[in-house]
Amino acid sequence: MPAGADLGERLRSGDLTVAPAVLNLVENRSLAARAQAGELLAAVSPAALGHEPRAHVVGITGPPGVGKSSLLSRLVSEWRARGRTVAVLAVDPSSRRSGGSLLGDRARIEVDPADGGVYIRSTAVGERLGGLAPATRAAASALAAAFDVVVIETVGVGQSETEVADVADTVAVVVQPGSGDVLQFLKSGIMEIPDLLVVTKADLGRTALRALGDLRSALRSLGSREIPVLAVSSVAPPSGIGELVDALDAHRDGIDLPARRLRARRLHSLADFAAEHGERGLRALGGRRAAERWLEQQDPGLDVAALERALAARAATMS
Amino acid sequence: MQRMADTPAPRLPERDRPWMMRTYAGHSDARRSNELYRGNLAKGQTGLSVAFDLPTQTGYDPDDELARGEVGKVGVSIAGLGDMRTLLDGIPLDQMNTSMTINATAPWLLALYIVAAEEQGVAKEKLQGTTQNDILKEYLSRGTYAFPPGPSMRLVADTIAYTVEHVPKWNPINICSYHLQEAGATPVQEIAYAMSNAIAVLDAVSARVEADRMGAVFGRISFFVNAGVRFIEEHAKLRAMAVLWDEIGLERYGVQDERHRRFRYGVQVNSLGLTEAQPENNAYRIALEALAVTLGRNARARAIQLPAWNEALGLPRPWDQQWSLRLQQVLAYETDLLDYPDIFEGSKVMEGLVDELLEGAREEMKRVQELGGAVEAVDYMKAALVESHRERINRIESGELVVVGVNRYTETAPSPLTADGEGGILVVDSAVEAERQAAVEEWRATRDQDAVDAALADLARAARQDSENIMPATITAARAGATTGEWSQALRAEFGSYRAPTGVGDAASVPSDDLAELRDEVEVVSEALGRRLKILVGKPGLDGHSNGAEQIAVRARDVGMDVVYQGIRLTPKEIATSAAQEGVHVVGLSILSGSHAELIPSVIGALDEAGVGEVPVIVGGIIPDADAARLREAGVAAVYTPKDFDLNRIMHEIVELVAERQRSQAGVRA
Repeated sequence: MPAGADLGERLRSGDLTVAPAVLNLVENRSLAARAQAGELLAAVSPAALGHEPRAHVVGITGPPGVGKSSLLSRLVSEWRARGRTVAVLAVDPSSRRSGGSLLGDRARIEVDPADGGVYIRSTAVGERLGGLAPATRAAASALAAAFDVVVIETVGVGQSETEVADVADTVAVVVQPGSGDVLQFLKSGIMEIPDLLVVTKADLGRTALRALGDLRSALRSLGSREIPVLAVSSVAPPSGIGELVDALDAHRDGIDLPARRLRARRLHSLADFAAEHGERGLRALGGRRAAERWLEQQDPGLDVAALERALAARAATMS
Repeated sequence: MQRMADTPAPRLPERDRPWMMRTYAGHSDARRSNELYRGNLAKGQTGLSVAFDLPTQTGYDPDDELARGEVGKVGVSIAGLGDMRTLLDGIPLDQMNTSMTINATAPWLLALYIVAAEEQGVAKEKLQGTTQNDILKEYLSRGTYAFPPGPSMRLVADTIAYTVEHVPKWNPINICSYHLQEAGATPVQEIAYAMSNAIAVLDAVSARVEADRMGAVFGRISFFVNAGVRFIEEHAKLRAMAVLWDEIGLERYGVQDERHRRFRYGVQVNSLGLTEAQPENNAYRIALEALAVTLGRNARARAIQLPAWNEALGLPRPWDQQWSLRLQQVLAYETDLLDYPDIFEGSKVMEGLVDELLEGAREEMKRVQELGGAVEAVDYMKAALVESHRERINRIESGELVVVGVNRYTETAPSPLTADGEGGILVVDSAVEAERQAAVEEWRATRDQDAVDAALADLARAARQDSENIMPATITAARAGATTGEWSQALRAEFGSYRAPTGVGDAASVPSDDLAELRDEVEVVSEALGRRLKILVGKPGLDGHSNGAEQIAVRARDVGMDVVYQGIRLTPKEIATSAAQEGVHVVGLSILSGSHAELIPSVIGALDEAGVGEVPVIVGGIIPDADAARLREAGVAAVYTPKDFDLNRIMHEIVELVAERQRSQAGVRA
C-alpha cells in the first residue's frame, strides 16, 4: 500500500498519473488504508497547501436517462480544448441484493485514451440508497489538488443532489425536455434549487424550448430569478456546451469559495463519522443538526481527519 | 372417388423449383475469395453470399489502427473498386444473384457492385441480389454499426429509394430476425422486433418516396430469418410472420397488390445452437433446422445458406461448406419435399402454434410502438434480449434445456474430424493483413487524387443535405477510386460516431439462492482486498457479437463484483487505460472474430505499458485449443470457449484467481 503522504506530495506537484493509486487508497476500507487516506487528505488540505485546492469541483446530477454521460463527454472535450485537466468521478447505483454493480458510464464518455489530462473513475454507491459513494468525498478533495476540474456525476434527484451540493463548488442538475418530475420536485421542495439547470436534447427544438420556459417560470414563482437555465445538445453538431462551461465558471467566480469548501470539509467529516459510528454516534452528538452547528464553531484550519477525530472525541465524552 | 372441391390435391401438378442455394463465404482478399466462389458455383451452388471482414463492415481501411488483427478474418477485405473487380472477376453479373452481408457500409458496397458491373457491361437495371442493410439489428445484436441511428436510418432509406427506381430487381434490405435469435430472442420477440424494425424502415422510406411508390417499396422488402432446432415451432414462426407481414402491408401502408405483400425470406439456420463439444452432432442439428424453413410450402424460404458443422470451432474450410451444400441438394433433389402443396394446411396443431405466436408478437409490437417505434425502443429491446439470453443460459446450466454433448451425454470417443493439425478449421494466412495494407497503399498512390478529393467533398455535401439521396455521390466516389475507410470517414465527420447501448444495465438478477456461495466468496476476497472485487469486461477489435461478454458482465454483477463494462470495439490502449484508471483486479476479454492471436498479446502489452501488467487477464471466445495454449504462454491466466457454459464455474475461478494474487502479494509484503 503506497504511503498517503507520498501520494499527497505527488498530487501537490501536479502528478496526474498518481490518480489511480489515490482512488485505490481512498476506496480501501481497511483500517490501515483509512489511516493512510487520512494522511493523504492532510497533505492536500488548505492548511498544508496554504490555499484552497485549485480545482473547480463540479457536481452533475439528474434522473437516469437524461443524457448526463453524453453531456459529460462533450464537456470534457470542451474543458480539454480550453487547456484544463479533468477528473471524472462517476457514481453508479449498484444492485443492492448482491452488492455488485455494473459500471457502464465509462462507455459513454468518449476520450482519447492517450490523453493523460483526463482521468475517469467509476464507483458503485455501495449499500447506501442514492447519494455518494463513501470514498467520493475523499477522492474529490484529493484530486482537487492536482486537476483543474473535478466532476462528480451522480444519478437521481433529491437526496443525491443534496449530497453532491455538500461536496461540489457548483452543482448542475440535468433534465430532459418533457419530463415533468424535476419541475414537481422543485415546486414541492423535495429538491433544493441547484446552482444551474441544464436541459438536454436541445436538438428536439420546440419541445426543448418549452421545457426551458417551464423551468424558468417555475424558478420565478419560487423567487429564484437568477438561476441560469441552459439548453444543450450533445448529438452532432453539439450546441450550448461552450456556454455551459462559461456559466459554470461564472458561478464559481461568484461564490465565497473558501466558505463553501470549509462547509464541505465539515460535512465530509460528519459523513465519515456517521459511516463509522452510525445512528448511535449521531445520537451521542445530539443529532445531525446539532453536530453540524458544533462543527461550525471549530477551527477552520482543521482537515477532515482531524475533524472526524474531534467528533469522535466529543461523542465519547457526551455519551 | 371424387375429391371435395376445397380439399387440396395431394400432389402438385408440377414439382416445385428448388430454392436458391448459397454458402456464406469469403475470407482473406478478393483474389482468394473469387477462387472460392468459382469453386462453389462449380459444385452446384446457385447464388453467391459474400462475407466481408469486420473492417469492411464497419468502414475502416486495412491499415487503420482499429482494423488490426481483423483484416480478412471473418470475410473478404474490400477496400475499393479494384478489390470489387477482382472479387467478381469471371462471374457473369447479369445472371448471378448475389447476397451481401453488409449493413453500415451497404450504400458503399452496393455502389462498388454497381460500378464493377458497369465495367463488365451489365446495366444496373439487370442486377439481382441483396444488401443486408438492416442497421437496427446492428445496435441490438451484431454490432457492426458505424453511425448514429438517425443518419443510419437515412442511409437505409436512401438505398431503398434509389434501388426501387434504378436497380429494380435488387433487394435493398433484408430485415434480419436472424441476429435477434442469435442474441437470445424468443420466437415471439424475434417476430415482434423484426416486424417493428421493418415498420421503422418503411416509415423512414415513406418520407423519401412518392406515396404511389410505397407498394413497390413494400414489395422489395425481404427478410433474413433464423431457424433453431425446435423445428416445428420454428416453422410456425415463419407462418406467423407471413400473416403479420400481409396485415402490415394492407393496414399500415395500404398496399393493394397482393404480390407486393408476400412474405419473402432467405435463411441461414441457427449458429447459436451449434456446439463446440462433439461438433459432429451439429450436422444433424443443421439438417433438422433446414426442415423448419422448407417443410411447409406456404412459408418456404426463397434462399437458404446453411452453416458448416464446425462453425463453433472457427472458420469452415471449403470441404466443410461443401458438406452443408450437399445437404441442401439432397433435400431438394433426392427427397419428395417439393412434390406437395403445403403439408400443414388444416393442421390444428400448426394453426394453434401460429395463433399463439401471433398473439404474443402483436402484444410485444404494441409495446414497441408505444415507446415510439423501433428506433426509440432500441434500449428496451436490447435489454429484453440480454434478459432472454440470460434465461436461456440459466436453463442450460440447470440442465432444464438439454443440449446433447454439452450438458447431457457428454461421454465421447475422440473425433477423427478434428484430429488434423489445425483442429479441423480454416486458418487465415497471417500474411494477409500486411498484403492488404500494402495493396491499399498502392491503390491510393496510383489513383487520380484530385478526382477522389472532389468526390469525397461532394459526398460530405450530400450528407449534410438531408433531403438528398446519398447514392449518386457514393457511386461517383466509388468510380473515382475512394476507399472504404475514406467513404466512411467522410460520413463519420458529418454524422458523428456512436456507441450503442450495452443492454446490461437493466438485466434482472439470477435468484439469489443459487449464488449465495459465490457471493460469500466474493465478500471474503473483497474484505481481504479492502475494496470490492472489480473486473473490467471488454471486447477488443471490431467484432460486435457481445452476447458472451454481456452474460459474463451480468453474472459478475450478480455474484457481487463491481463490473466495468465498456461494450464493443475497443482498442488495446483503451482497455489498458480503463483497467489502470479504474483500478480493476482482473480483466476479462471476449473475441469471436478469430483475431485473438493478434489482439490479446496487444492488450497484455498495453496493460504493461499502462503500469498494470500484474492484473490477470482471462479470455473468452471461439478459440481453438492450439491458440489457447499460445495465449496462456503469452500470459493469459485462463481461456474459456463455448463449451464452458457454466458461468458460475467461471465466476468461481475468477474469484480464486484474484484471491491467489492477493495472497501472494500479501505474502510478499509480510
